[in-house]
Amino acid sequence: MTRYLYYPGCSMESNARAYRDSLAAIAGPLGIDLREIDDWNCCGATEYLGLSRLPAYALIARNLALAEQVRDGSEVLVASCSACFLNLSKANHAMAESAAFSAQVNEALAAGGLHYTPDAVKVRHLLDVIVREVGLDAVRRRVTRRLCGLKLAPYLGCMVPRPDYDGRWTDRERPSELDRLLVALGAEVVDYPLKTECCGGHMTQIGPETAFAMIRRLVDGAERADADLMVTVCPMCQMNIDAFQQEMNAHFRTSYQMPIVFFTQVIRLAFGIAPEALGFGRELVDARPALAHISDAPAPPPEPARVRRPPRPKGPALPMPVMPERGDGAT
Amino acid sequence: MTQDQLAPPAVADPGRGFLAEVVARAGTAARLELCIQCGVCGGSCPSADEMDQTPRTLFAMIRAGMREHVLRSTTPWLCVSCYRCTVRCPQGVQVTDVMYALKAMAVAQHTYLNATAADFSRAFVWNVETFGRSFEAGLSARHYLRHYLTRLPAVAPMGIGMLRSRRLRLLPPRRIRGIADLRRILVCAKALEAAA
Repeated sequence: MTRYLYYPGCSMESNARAYRDSLAAIAGPLGIDLREIDDWNCCGATEYLGLSRLPAYALIARNLALAEQVRDGSEVLVASCSACFLNLSKANHAMAESAAFSAQVNEALAAGGLHYTPDAVKVRHLLDVIVREVGLDAVRRRVTRRLCGLKLAPYLGCMVPRPDYDGRWTDRERPSELDRLLVALGAEVVDYPLKTECCGGHMTQIGPETAFAMIRRLVDGAERADADLMVTVCPMCQMNIDAFQQEMNAHFRTSYQMPIVFFTQVIRLAFGIAPEALGFGRELVDARPALAHISDAPAPPPEPARVRRPPRPKGPALPMPVMPERGDGAT
Repeated sequence: MTQDQLAPPAVADPGRGFLAEVVARAGTAARLELCIQCGVCGGSCPSADEMDQTPRTLFAMIRAGMREHVLRSTTPWLCVSCYRCTVRCPQGVQVTDVMYALKAMAVAQHTYLNATAADFSRAFVWNVETFGRSFEAGLSARHYLRHYLTRLPAVAPMGIGMLRSRRLRLLPPRRIRGIADLRRILVCAKALEAAA
């Protein structure tokens, strides 16, 4: 068991309960021991930063300071929610970058009896920890039920791979981590170029038309790629695509039914952790019918289609270009 | 060429004051003053179609000192914080951080066209300052009743579904134990920001 500091974030306790429950179920088998930071506070999402800068950073830094106090052996702070991950790394980065700013944040923290040394903890996302620290080989060894035949669209959303202050991902717009993890579970991963497009974020609350257009694009892309399910790492993405899909359908008079679940739920399924039925069903677009596509054996590779060459035209061939003779002054 | 010819013009750039103000608000690490007006930000933006100015135009307006126009623009309010422009910007301008700064300035002056977004942010922050945690049910109930009465029939099935799957808690979250300390930290931070 490797110990990590853990910051769950508010969503994990409410709308992303499926994420929390499935993570609790797979943490042991993956050999990760997540120690929740005591008495953490909300990271402010994208709302506090839009009102004031220093208080927003002080709010985030309180969590970093609490993590620094208990780091004892493990300095990696794991975040499972995208916005929390981004905010924690953003504050860590901003404080490490500017000593003056760090001093200001610490002056505010001192009012609450706290202090944070920039870079004292390393903020990492859960997906990054599973792929890089646990490793895909260890994941593969734990799989008891390969997800053959299940077509998954990997969807990361924007705030995990970007802006990537610590340079952890393979790419900031087309990272491959989630794809490789899902392949390790035996699932079929469809090509999903929209994997780091935005789900609309808080626009479902403040500008629904803008959000609906983004949600439709994502869901439509997954459907065109013939995916059974979308798999995400972010509570906000899951919430927007799952809970607002019906309202989006009503808005555009469409009838998309694209379920979206957390990657930890899919890992749990592949690990065969009983009772399997408990892992799903909190989605508003039910993912369970799609799970029926799982078959025991991998589908045989499709036979290569026979290529029919067009018949050769009869008659003389077209004249070919003729190379000039050498020796006519070309030396 | 003599030294005089290289010296900056005597007339002060009328926009420099406003640019400096935005830079101070966004932090020098935002690199706004390095913008070369290439337009990659607007071209990368998923909600640029709905903005009244693309980010590039807005940055030109900041330099031109068009303070009132900039702070009334819808652009920062349509930014979804996806950081696509930020990672693509050849000058490393932290566009998202500039947008946050412009929102904060518009809120401070009450120069935004639509109160929905600012009001949502304020309500969210009120929850955080009260409980130390976000309170989704309270936040959305207040928000929909106040701004989206017409949306209620369309979102009602969603709300019921969220309650039924126990993904929405009607009761407010329990206050964190350190709420008094957290409030002191935020009060101090606000005072420091106001003094700067």
